[in-house]
Amino acid sequence: MTNPPYVRLAVALPVVLFVWFCTMVPAVSGGEVLVWELAWLPQQGIDLDFVVDGLSLLFALLITGIGAFILLFAGEYMKGYPQRGRFTLFLVSFMLAMLGLVLADNLVALFVFWELTTITSFLLIGYSHEDATARRSALQGLLVTSAGALAMLAGFVVLGQAAGTFSLREMLAGQGSFAAHPHYTAIVVLVLLGAFTKSAQFPFHFWLPNAMAAPTPVSAYLHSATMVKAGVFLLARLTPLLGGTELWMVTLTVVGAVTAVYSAFVSLGKSDLKQVLAYTTVMALGVCVMFLGSPPAAGQGEPSRGVLAALAFLVAHALYKAALFLVAGTIEKATGTRDLTRLGGLRKAMPVTFAAAVAASVSMAGVPPSVGFVGKELLYTAGFAPDAAGYVPWAVFFAAAPIATVAMVLAIRPFFGPRPDYRKPGREGHWALWCGPVVLAAVGIWWGLAPEFPFMRLLVPAEAAVTGHLPDTGHAPWHSTGQAFALTLATLAAAVLAFWKLAAVKQALAGCRRLVPFSADGAYDAAMNGIAAVAAWQTRRLQSGIQRHYLMIVFATLGLSLAVTLWLKNVVPAPLRLAEATFLDWSLTAVVAAASVVIIRSRSRLLGIIALGVVGVATALIFLNFGAPDVAMTQLIVEVLITVIVAVVLLKLPDFSNEVWPSRPKRLRNAIVAVTVGVSVTLVLLAVTGSPPQPDLREYFERNAVPGGHGRNIVNVILVDFRALDTMGEITVLAIAGAAVFALLLPRTRRREGALLPGARAVAARAQAWHGSIMNTMILRETTRRLVPLILVFSVFLLLRGHEQLGGGFVGGLVASIAFSLYAFVFGPQAARGILRADPRAVGAAGLAVAIASGFVGSIREGVPFLTGQWGTLAGLTVGTPVMFDVGVYLVVVGVVLTFVLGIKEQE
Amino acid sequence: MNWLLICPIVIPLAAAVIGFAGRGSERTQRGVSLAGAVALSAAAAGLFSHVWREGIAAVQIGGWPAPYGITLVADHLSAAMVAVSALIGLATVIYACGDTRRGRLSQALHPLLHALLAGVCGAFLAGDVFNLYVWFEVMLIASLALLVLGGKPAQLDGAVRYAALSLIATTLLLSGIGLLYGLTGTLNMADLHLRVQEVEDQGLLTLVAVVFIIAFGLKAAVFPLFFWLPASYHTPQIAVSAVFSGLLTKVGVYALMRFFTLIFRHDVGYTHELLLWVAGLTMVTGVLGAASQNELRRILSFHIISQIGYMILGLALFTTLGLLGGIFYVIHHIIVKANLFFVSGAVNRLAGSTELRTLGGLYRDKPLLAALFFVPAFSLAGFPPLSGFWAKLLLIRASVESEEFVLAGVALLVGLLTVFSMTKIWLNAFWKARPEESGPPPPVAPRRRWLLLAPIAALAAITVAIGLYAGPLYTLAERAAAELMDPSLYVAAVLGRGSQ
Repeated sequence: MTNPPYVRLAVALPVVLFVWFCTMVPAVSGGEVLVWELAWLPQQGIDLDFVVDGLSLLFALLITGIGAFILLFAGEYMKGYPQRGRFTLFLVSFMLAMLGLVLADNLVALFVFWELTTITSFLLIGYSHEDATARRSALQGLLVTSAGALAMLAGFVVLGQAAGTFSLREMLAGQGSFAAHPHYTAIVVLVLLGAFTKSAQFPFHFWLPNAMAAPTPVSAYLHSATMVKAGVFLLARLTPLLGGTELWMVTLTVVGAVTAVYSAFVSLGKSDLKQVLAYTTVMALGVCVMFLGSPPAAGQGEPSRGVLAALAFLVAHALYKAALFLVAGTIEKATGTRDLTRLGGLRKAMPVTFAAAVAASVSMAGVPPSVGFVGKELLYTAGFAPDAAGYVPWAVFFAAAPIATVAMVLAIRPFFGPRPDYRKPGREGHWALWCGPVVLAAVGIWWGLAPEFPFMRLLVPAEAAVTGHLPDTGHAPWHSTGQAFALTLATLAAAVLAFWKLAAVKQALAGCRRLVPFSADGAYDAAMNGIAAVAAWQTRRLQSGIQRHYLMIVFATLGLSLAVTLWLKNVVPAPLRLAEATFLDWSLTAVVAAASVVIIRSRSRLLGIIALGVVGVATALIFLNFGAPDVAMTQLIVEVLITVIVAVVLLKLPDFSNEVWPSRPKRLRNAIVAVTVGVSVTLVLLAVTGSPPQPDLREYFERNAVPGGHGRNIVNVILVDFRALDTMGEITVLAIAGAAVFALLLPRTRRREGALLPGARAVAARAQAWHGSIMNTMILRETTRRLVPLILVFSVFLLLRGHEQLGGGFVGGLVASIAFSLYAFVFGPQAARGILRADPRAVGAAGLAVAIASGFVGSIREGVPFLTGQWGTLAGLTVGTPVMFDVGVYLVVVGVVLTFVLGIKEQE
Repeated sequence: MNWLLICPIVIPLAAAVIGFAGRGSERTQRGVSLAGAVALSAAAAGLFSHVWREGIAAVQIGGWPAPYGITLVADHLSAAMVAVSALIGLATVIYACGDTRRGRLSQALHPLLHALLAGVCGAFLAGDVFNLYVWFEVMLIASLALLVLGGKPAQLDGAVRYAALSLIATTLLLSGIGLLYGLTGTLNMADLHLRVQEVEDQGLLTLVAVVFIIAFGLKAAVFPLFFWLPASYHTPQIAVSAVFSGLLTKVGVYALMRFFTLIFRHDVGYTHELLLWVAGLTMVTGVLGAASQNELRRILSFHIISQIGYMILGLALFTTLGLLGGIFYVIHHIIVKANLFFVSGAVNRLAGSTELRTLGGLYRDKPLLAALFFVPAFSLAGFPPLSGFWAKLLLIRASVESEEFVLAGVALLVGLLTVFSMTKIWLNAFWKARPEESGPPPPVAPRRRWLLLAPIAALAAITVAIGLYAGPLYTLAERAAAELMDPSLYVAAVLGRGSQ
């Protein structure tokens, strides 16, 4: 089986990058800072500037160096797995995102890369996506780290606001520490949430062991060597800006110490290789965090080497942990299991892997000669510094001792003892599998033997990038003190003891675990269930599915906000001037009020709709009373039409009285809402009518109707000229309504036109017969035949004189539709279609087209705005495009009304 | 300029008219619709580039001078909204060609879509409050017709709720316009900006402002007025849902932005504070609503509400950065949300369901679709570097700048819950194996498949492009926000530089 070419390319990329970063080592370790600048959103101070200083170079080398071996390993390990293209793509994307994270100078850019690592991590943990555990773990990792990241983003934004820039360089060059800023505490808490969730600090650690659901290369790379160290990286990065305060130091030290000790003991109790490694990873992250919280000075004028200790331990951990994860993967690939209790006897079958495991474990246990040993010495030395908290060395001890035990377990258990029957051959695998562990573990030993190169070239420059001052090059920092060495010996002794009594230790740990009734993982589940429960409850309450509730809430909102605003803004309504009211005013008001009461109390739909009609008619009379006959007329026609139509529809509905009526308290509540709305709207109206009149617009229309609009009927000039665009919108509404009705009625009509089913034909015939018996009277037919042309002529007359006197396209159109409707009622819809000679839909559309076209006449002829009136004389008559527009209105009304009428008639 | 402003209204109107009249074949219908959508896009692009180069454009319809006639105005906000609406219109028409079955449905669908677009563009360009009302009516009737198209009982049920609550909004809007006219004697928006300053009783003006908040709030589906949206959006055809989700509520948001920067800015401490509360509660209730749903379109519908909260937040902060963020958010959201509805439709076509329970296996079987869902979904959730990240970042910055820390926190928390909701879809519809009882997915013709996925891919590409290179959209939003914060430019463009 050979790998597809992209797998090889995926290995080449980190190799090339690694070499490239290596070439920067001399310059950077000499104190230089390399910068690549790229503007991104400069308006917001967001740039894609990449900065290589000691710290970012250290991480970049880890990411690309370990990445090369991981991708090499993955190429072999993933053979035979599905979706390899996506897997490789995500893994490489992760690597680039991680590089961006450590190299970014801009906090926003850093956040972007941070979240890119989150999302690639999500996709990679969920690799076995058909397995529910993998899905849950992926989601958990995403949500926990995203929650932290969003807090961190908030912290960044506040920090950026405080600094006036998002650029770390500019912040450092500017004011430096933000300890005195009023928002300092908020910034620190928010940023720490981000760092702690990403770096799996207690109590957010639980997602990391679950992330072991990912394939082993992913666990080794993301969830051990690189991504989870992003939090540590961020803390180091921000130390010069946010560090050095009590809050910072205490939080980091305590959280780190608790995490380290807790997870070290938990790891002892696990038997799945990857779980063991995951918890020891958490321990290492805790140690790093703890030492990044070291006080800036170690006392007696000596600078603290806490940061150096943290970084050295981080590098040591990255090397041995990546090696051990790959060993675990190799073993699993070879034997089919990674359960420590089922492994053994692989020493002879897998000698290279065994050697790598031993070398890595030596570093892990902190046994000389290894970089792990050097790292641990540094931890103890920094821990004993006079300014450091007294418990720090003991925290290290209680974390390091169990880890050393675990290291012994890892180096011994799978390789010694009896060899059980494995499902797979249990032999040494392809070189690509063991190459990574061997090289990484060897580097760990090599750097333990010759610490000068890593320290002077990598770690000390990185430390300098964090602490800001050039290190004192006087004595080698990796030389341990006697105190530290003594504690190292004690650690190893304790570890050997624990290994010897491992069964008892495990039992004791299990006992302790049972004493604690809850877990962080359980708390996560509880939180998720809690959100779901709250969401479901809220949605049941609000989106109840009951239309009455919706209306009630909307009206209550309206009434309440108006009432509260009236009160708060102290709006005084104008006095009612009741003395001026005439008898007619009082009686019309009384009719409206009485009819309204009937509507509310009525349990019959028909009675309610009739009462509503009474309200409408009374309103029309009020209009008439106030001298607006046009409005009154329209209101009256519309009111009658609506009442008739709704009444006809209501006859087909089931009885209203069967409905369950709301209970008395609910009715009371509804009444309160209704009264609140009514009273507040009334008060608002009174207040507005009390303000001085503003006659400008009316006066302009009166002045310009004849000279500009060529019409004496101001209402019509407004409709077809001054505000013709409004009318165009309104006839569009009409036309759409017609089209909608057509679309809804059509299916049944079509069936009739086409092939009729036998039953339907009979029904149609019966309807025709019934129709005939009513309408087929000689007088009616003859009258209609004579009347229809007359009405049509009258409608055209109304249309044409509309510009001067009462009339217009709308009224004319209505009258014409009455004529056609009458014809349709008497002679049937097909006959009406016959005299119309067109589909009513097309008539409506043509009307709209005519109206639109009238608007463009001026635009085309003279380049004036749309709907500008163009006037001229034709055969002695003054004609203009507004009249043409009115013709369009006429046609739309005819077309739409006939679509309704003929459609309904043809339905019968 | 006379043509530029009217074309985005008249072109879709003409396309609708031809469609209404036409008895032509399916092919002609679609051709007309497609041509209309392309022409609208061209007109919108022309208008946009004009405004981009020369600033605010205005035309006095009928040649009657402002404030007496009707003015159409395009500032950067209007031009951008028209442009993005045209884009969504085009995408919807292409999608509808691939999605709807031949016949009556599609015949009515296309003209109605264009009528809706005419209303939407008219609302964005109206410089006159009554004219705005008219375009709202066009939108309402067109959307109602689109909602019932197909005539399924669930659709009629949703339509009844939609119609009832929308009519309340329309009535309130008309009342508000009447009250405003009573106070000022003008309907022209630019003129209103000047006239409201002369109103003696500023408290009364605030009261009228509250009427508009409720009227437009209903249209924009804010808390506690959003019921019509989740009750109806999941019922019509996908193309209709998509265009609704992209455009309808955003017209309400646009109107709020217009009114509460141009007309009602006399009592920001009251009106905009009210909007702040509305924004926060809308974000939270919307996202919780989404968390409680298990069907694609219902989840997405509730997310519209939640996202509206963000846009209102930008307005309510009433700073240039806040409005900038709000406008950025609106444009990002239109593209992403419409696209998510398209994806839900594609899922329905390719997998035969939109219920999370019965879906599954799409990540394995339809990797392209999975990628095309992933982009808008995680953009909606605000993941970088996608468009939604910048939108959220800008709003959070604006909140922090105004020291509204609680709202910044709410915005972030709601973002997290959005992640939760999007991953719920991802886990269930894409990652989970397809349940055996769901049976095999339905077959889809290759040409159809292409028509479904092309608009989705195009919109996803735009989302990614905005994410990677946010500069142009930022500049646009910045200019639009600056114009909103300083209405003198708008007033000068409408009333002429010399007047008042």
